[in-house]
Amino acid sequence: MTQGVMVFAETTGGTLASIAKELLGAGRKLADALGEPLLAAVLGHGVQEAAQEAVYHGADTVYVADAPVLETYQTASYTAVMAQIVAQAQPSILLIGMSDNGRDLAPRLAFRLGTGLASDCVDLAINPETKLLEATRPVSGGNAMATVVIEKTRPQMATVRAKTMEPAVRDPSRQGTLVPVEVTLDPATLPARVIERVKAKAEGVRLEDAEIVIAGGRGLKGPEDFYALLEPCAKLLGGAVGASRAAVDEGWVPTQMQIGLTGKIISPKLYIACAISGAAQHMAGCGYAKTIVAINRDPDAPIFQRAHLGVVGDYKKVIPAFHKKCEELLKK
Amino acid sequence: MDIIVTIKQVPDPEAPKESFRIDEEAKRILNPANVDPVINGYDENAIEAALQLKEAVGGKVTALCMGEESATRALKQALAMGVDEAILLHDPAFADADATATAYVLAAAIRKLGKYDLILCGRQASDWDQAQVPSGIAEYLDLPSVTAVQKVEVRDGTVRVERILEDGYEVIELPMPCLVTVSNEANRPRYPTLKGIMAAGKKQIPVWNAAALEVDPARVGRAGSLTRVVKLYIPRFEGSCEFIEGETPEEMGEKLALRLRELKII
Ligand SMILES: Cc1cc2nc3c(=O)[nH]c(=O)nc-3n(C[C@H](O)[C@H](O)[C@H](O)COP(=O)(O)OP(=O)(O)OC[C@H]3O[C@@H](n4cnc5c(N)ncnc54)[C@H](O)[C@@H]3O)c2cc1C
Ligand SMILES: Nc1ncnc2c1ncn2[C@@H]1O[C@H](COP(=O)(O)O)[C@@H](O)[C@H]1O
Repeated sequence: MTQGVMVFAETTGGTLASIAKELLGAGRKLADALGEPLLAAVLGHGVQEAAQEAVYHGADTVYVADAPVLETYQTASYTAVMAQIVAQAQPSILLIGMSDNGRDLAPRLAFRLGTGLASDCVDLAINPETKLLEATRPVSGGNAMATVVIEKTRPQMATVRAKTMEPAVRDPSRQGTLVPVEVTLDPATLPARVIERVKAKAEGVRLEDAEIVIAGGRGLKGPEDFYALLEPCAKLLGGAVGASRAAVDEGWVPTQMQIGLTGKIISPKLYIACAISGAAQHMAGCGYAKTIVAINRDPDAPIFQRAHLGVVGDYKKVIPAFHKKCEELLKK
Repeated sequence: MDIIVTIKQVPDPEAPKESFRIDEEAKRILNPANVDPVINGYDENAIEAALQLKEAVGGKVTALCMGEESATRALKQALAMGVDEAILLHDPAFADADATATAYVLAAAIRKLGKYDLILCGRQASDWDQAQVPSGIAEYLDLPSVTAVQKVEVRDGTVRVERILEDGYEVIELPMPCLVTVSNEANRPRYPTLKGIMAAGKKQIPVWNAAALEVDPARVGRAGSLTRVVKLYIPRFEGSCEFIEGETPEEMGEKLALRLRELKII
């Protein structure tokens, strides 16, 4: 019999990633609803401390695969080791974050295990009668929502969208067990080779961390206003600049600035969308902002259905006046 | 070099928002009325990547699509773009397949084709947004895979890709045969030329059914699916937007700043 809720607790630079804390938070609730333990899998090199942190964040048992071959993510190595851990721990549910690595690992692992996977979920619940995981996920970019169950196979797998789950609270008095996992993988047998990692140029506040984000869309008609209007305004407010996919596809700004379903998921306290129509795929990335401001000259633009504050007008005129007023207000 | 591209026909995501339709009862996403279905956007990027590789190193590009008979439309378009061969995988038993049952049929078709060096897929299909099928194909065929790439090249018999990361990208080398999923950053798909459209019109699109593929009936379509959609609905957002009024856009800009200050947001 399978038992326990397992989360793939990702690490970055040896510490628990924020998505891991969100998964541990979500996993704890599911485990408690089932009356089963919360398990975590930590893979990497030099991750003992992160494994202990997983305990402090709610895990009862942590499977730790600590080996040089797991230093950097690779589909083949991570899939093999995760499959081994699942075979050992036999969890009934397995959650993986929708991160760069999670989105690559989860489907490959699901097929290796011969089980079903619900992708990019935003809500997870246990059905009180059937005890099945009910995973709710946006489909068609968020134009519809689907609730998915996995009846016949175990573990029931789900990937989870970033910033949709309440992160676990750290409690250093929590006790748990660390189970070392033997990694026998020979790096020479891995088919792919990671040649290099290239960092995109980045200045100022990281988009994912910014409290205030000002974004531009196709209506900006070129790269100029991103740098002439949006960036100075974001700087003034201590925020970052983002973009819709249309602006990225046009080549005006780098892909790392894209917000949305296939871009970044952000939850700033203030999001200002300039000349963005508000397609579901875009709102998938910014819908969790506490306050959404839309500046669009089309009063019927769909974004006004999701915005808290709206300005019907040309951003080219609205933003400079807004900037000036903010400057005055911030001086006071 | 033999390249296989998997393409799915989907409702046009650029169709007006109001036209979006689902069947809550049957748990299906419907094509909007009066808007023709399209090749999934990322699959067009995959086709373009395949055609560019063919232009660079020579070879043959085959497009595979599992779908209704109406999906010949997508395959015709792929042929018009320059794909050499297109095959429809259709059988009533394939209906309502989840990622597992879809990957199983596509893998069977690729096995039947037999010869391949590279399989290119889209990063995800814009109807169900699963991003699972390609990894499944790779697993069934025991191939190395990399997902969501912004560049694919072939050099000295190996495939070199750039996998997109949140803060940059990663350069990965894979031996052939392998499977790669293509993201929109990779290229701008070409438009079919008139000559291409004419040539495509003359080409036959073979249809392979369950018998032709020799697949296990228990593993296709709804029967072979491991996930089940128990509820499908359209989320409603109560429009409660507070509009900033003003005579001029400049005045509205100022008032916006004042209102945000009042709300203690800035
Ligand atoms: C599978 C898939 C994934 C996707 N992922 C993403 C994603 O991650 N992120 C994303 O953003 N999109 C994504 N998209 C694309 C999405 O569907 C839309 O096409 C895109 O968001 C549109 O961008 P936009 O709003 O900038 O452009 P448009 O829809 O063209 O809107 C431009 C808006 O600007 C307004 N405007 C023009 N000029 C001015 C002016 N001077 N002042 C004020 N307003 C003006 C217009 O009224 C219009 O509303 C995805 C699509 C698919 C199919
Ligand atoms: N029915 C299908 N026929 C052909 N290719 C498909 C089909 N479904 C999915 N794919 C391929 O798999 C990719 C990812 O799809 P998905 O996993 O459904 O999001 C798509 O971009 C296609 O390349």
